Amino acid sequence: MKISDFKPNNAVESVTQALEKLEKLKDYNITISTTAERALDRAEQVERGEITGRLAGVPFLAKDNFLVFGSPTTAASKMLASFNAPIQATAIEKLEAEGAICIGKTNLDSFAHGGSTENSAYGPTLNSIDKTRVAGGSSGGSAVAVALDIVPFALGTDTGGSIRQPASFNGVVGVKPTYGAVSRYGVVAMASSTDCIGCFTSNSSDAELVIDIMSGKDVSDMTTLDDFFKPCESSSKTKKIGLVKNMINDDVDEDVRQRIYNLAERLKSAGYTIEDVELPMADYAVAMYYIIVPAEISSNLARYDGVRYGYRSDSSSLAELYGRSRDEGFETENKRRILIGSYVLSSGYFDAYYQQAQRARTLLCQEFDRLFESYDVLLSPVAPTSAFKLGEKTTDPIKMYLADTMTIPASLAGLPALSVPAGNTEEGLAVGAQILGNRGRDSDLLALAKEIEALW
Amino acid sequence: MNYKWEMTIGIECHVQLATKTKLFSPADNDARDREPNTTVHPIDFGLPGMLPVLNWHAVELAMKAGKALNSEIAEVSRFDRKHYFYPDLPKGYQTTQMYEPIILAGYIDIPLEGGVSKRVRIHHAHLEEDAGKLTHFGDYSLVDLNRAGTPLIEVVSEPDIHSPAEARAYANELYLLMTYAGVTLGDLYHGNMRFDVNISVAPKGSIELGKRAEVKNLNSFRSIEKAVEYEFKRQVELLERGERVVQETRGWNDDKQITTSQRSKEDAQDYRYMPDADIPPIVLTKEEVAKVQESVGKLPPEYRSEFTNLGVDESVVNGLLSHQSYARLVSEVLAKNQKAARRVANWIASSLNSDEVGVAEATVSVGDLLDLAEMVEKAEITSNAASEIFNDLMRGSKNPRKLAEEKNLLQVSDEDEISRIVDSVLADGSSKKAVSDIMAGNDKAIGFLVGQVMKLSKGKANPGMAQKMIREKLK
Repeated sequence: MKISDFKPNNAVESVTQALEKLEKLKDYNITISTTAERALDRAEQVERGEITGRLAGVPFLAKDNFLVFGSPTTAASKMLASFNAPIQATAIEKLEAEGAICIGKTNLDSFAHGGSTENSAYGPTLNSIDKTRVAGGSSGGSAVAVALDIVPFALGTDTGGSIRQPASFNGVVGVKPTYGAVSRYGVVAMASSTDCIGCFTSNSSDAELVIDIMSGKDVSDMTTLDDFFKPCESSSKTKKIGLVKNMINDDVDEDVRQRIYNLAERLKSAGYTIEDVELPMADYAVAMYYIIVPAEISSNLARYDGVRYGYRSDSSSLAELYGRSRDEGFETENKRRILIGSYVLSSGYFDAYYQQAQRARTLLCQEFDRLFESYDVLLSPVAPTSAFKLGEKTTDPIKMYLADTMTIPASLAGLPALSVPAGNTEEGLAVGAQILGNRGRDSDLLALAKEIEALW
Repeated sequence: MNYKWEMTIGIECHVQLATKTKLFSPADNDARDREPNTTVHPIDFGLPGMLPVLNWHAVELAMKAGKALNSEIAEVSRFDRKHYFYPDLPKGYQTTQMYEPIILAGYIDIPLEGGVSKRVRIHHAHLEEDAGKLTHFGDYSLVDLNRAGTPLIEVVSEPDIHSPAEARAYANELYLLMTYAGVTLGDLYHGNMRFDVNISVAPKGSIELGKRAEVKNLNSFRSIEKAVEYEFKRQVELLERGERVVQETRGWNDDKQITTSQRSKEDAQDYRYMPDADIPPIVLTKEEVAKVQESVGKLPPEYRSEFTNLGVDESVVNGLLSHQSYARLVSEVLAKNQKAARRVANWIASSLNSDEVGVAEATVSVGDLLDLAEMVEKAEITSNAASEIFNDLMRGSKNPRKLAEEKNLLQVSDEDEISRIVDSVLADGSSKKAVSDIMAGNDKAIGFLVGQVMKLSKGKANPGMAQKMIREKLK
């Protein structure tokens, strides 16, 4: 399914079909809510020519941590089960201004904490290829929606791999732009220093269009960059690709490794120079990430206290109000991360953990900088495995965290990275290749991804 | 005065910045006389997905404050998050500057009685947002977030203060500096400046400081002085009984004029400070800082030395400084005519004393004041009449000469007319005794005759001329 398949004069039909398909594929548990009425209203406006633009009449889904007018924003938590957004995310505003129609909100790990969409208060989303497996996460619902051709694009957020990994598990394109390329305004915050807004599409050209529309400076988000994103026709800029050897080590499934080596061979045949490179600091990336990100989570989630909005437990004292509202409103993984974050920020530990992790992060960034002096793009698997079984890792958080090993480095360094399909395992499960670029080189990555798509 | 014990005081002051909007949101920053929760933007409310947008005006006011505090402005400063749970803190953290504040070390010279001054060093000052307000009712409390997100700078002094009078003088001088620099509106009643006073007591000459108590949220100069007096007495009494001072937070009870324990520092919270990744660092060049600071006008120390050189009393100087508009006025007159400036200074001081005029934003023109001073100088009006006209000018009237005419206050200096009046006074029967006293060499009696002339002229006769003429006529 491509964006260009959708025509403004068919907007109502497109929206209706997408909603029907969602209903038919209900057992995948893709969405938390749909907004049929508002979507159909907008579709009629598009058909009447009142709304025009590059996405006129194109239905899409947004992860349920985007604030969208007229729809609940639960972040897949009990905490925000009753929260209706009085404002709208900048990314949604920009897409709507081009005529796109949001038809609903997709499932995720509660507050985007997780890598399988199993941490949702509304149950897991099932993998699009094998229903006994996870969708990946945390943007699992959006990935599956695009993989099952419900909508041509869906929005996700990527803090440590939450777009790239589910894209890989479902065989679609998933893009995490440079940190600051797309405004975070109106998106429920997880970790302020690594949260990125991105998208899922069936092909890289569509991703290019969606990112082009969403990116740019936003006065409501001081961390946004000036609009640097320029879609380009060819990848002529990319000549030399570094294959990150320590991300294709023995911890990676043989099946996955084969798909990446296979892709490297094809690229070589197509005229690219491919060389093995090492990114030693990447081996410490999970350790850094699970200090810095929980610290930011513990801070960003402090506002959910039951006082002003959201879940509020019955209580007889202020301390009890806080304690019970947060205990009952948050999922186990939310609480685990808040505890880790509070611990590493507490006096006496701040320097030993948080500051040390930030110093290591600087070293990681410097390693990337050095590699990008010699290489245009880096190549690696997205994840060490293809989609794992439902429940396989839920009892072992460390195992779950290690599934993010390859996606986390780009997040910590604020680099653009994307997942592009690189074939299937013998069992038929999808495997994604990750390509990483230097900050601001998002369009080069997408151009290369287009060429990779043409290789198969 | 206590000869055995010495107090050491450091003061933290929260200064509310005179910005139109809040530190990180477009909500109205002036919540005085507003219904609760009506100046609250989703950012201040801590809604999901909201991000702070730094108000650059607040940064500019911080630069101005830095100038008034004789401080360097940091080339790079950053915001941090200070975490605690309380219903008046919507995000669960206060955005402040813990590690890299915008205003670096400086000092202020505080004037003490008798023309001496003392230097109090400033440790640093940082930008931060205010919290909301809770009001407690029996078994429930109400939250008002109008003040949440209001921009403040917190000015932290070094422990260089050693008496209640010094503490008061420090607070007063800081108030003058911050209002003159345009940093704050300085509305103390509405808490525009709130002082936290740290005070400890140790034996005189001791190198080590005692355990300190922090008296929080003082908002008048008087209460600062009184709280310090009380704390010193309380701590000395404890120490002399052989007990120890507990490090704690105390509140000031203004009705009872005592401090009371609020919270012991031993169960102090861990604020889990961390850098705020939503706000990029503030990066300022020397040129940018200089350009903003250029707009800061004359500050109290400069006015103070001008006025002291004028030769008026210390109390007059303090009166003039208490309102920036007065200080500016006198200074402008001074630039033209020093003698006139001295007169204006005294008029202002006496009108302040009599509470006659409460004009904070005097709109009176320098030209009118110079005219008025000249009229006195040339004896066209009496000094009493000048005071009256001055008060009219301060109330908004213009043109002192016209005012004097309208009020019939111009002195009669016409020799013929005064001569006529003197003649009729001397001819009057009631003057007989005085006239013969003077003739007999008792000069004191002339006062009575001049008084009679003034009475007959309804106060308009030039008394100097009248006296001279009486003498001549009786010679």
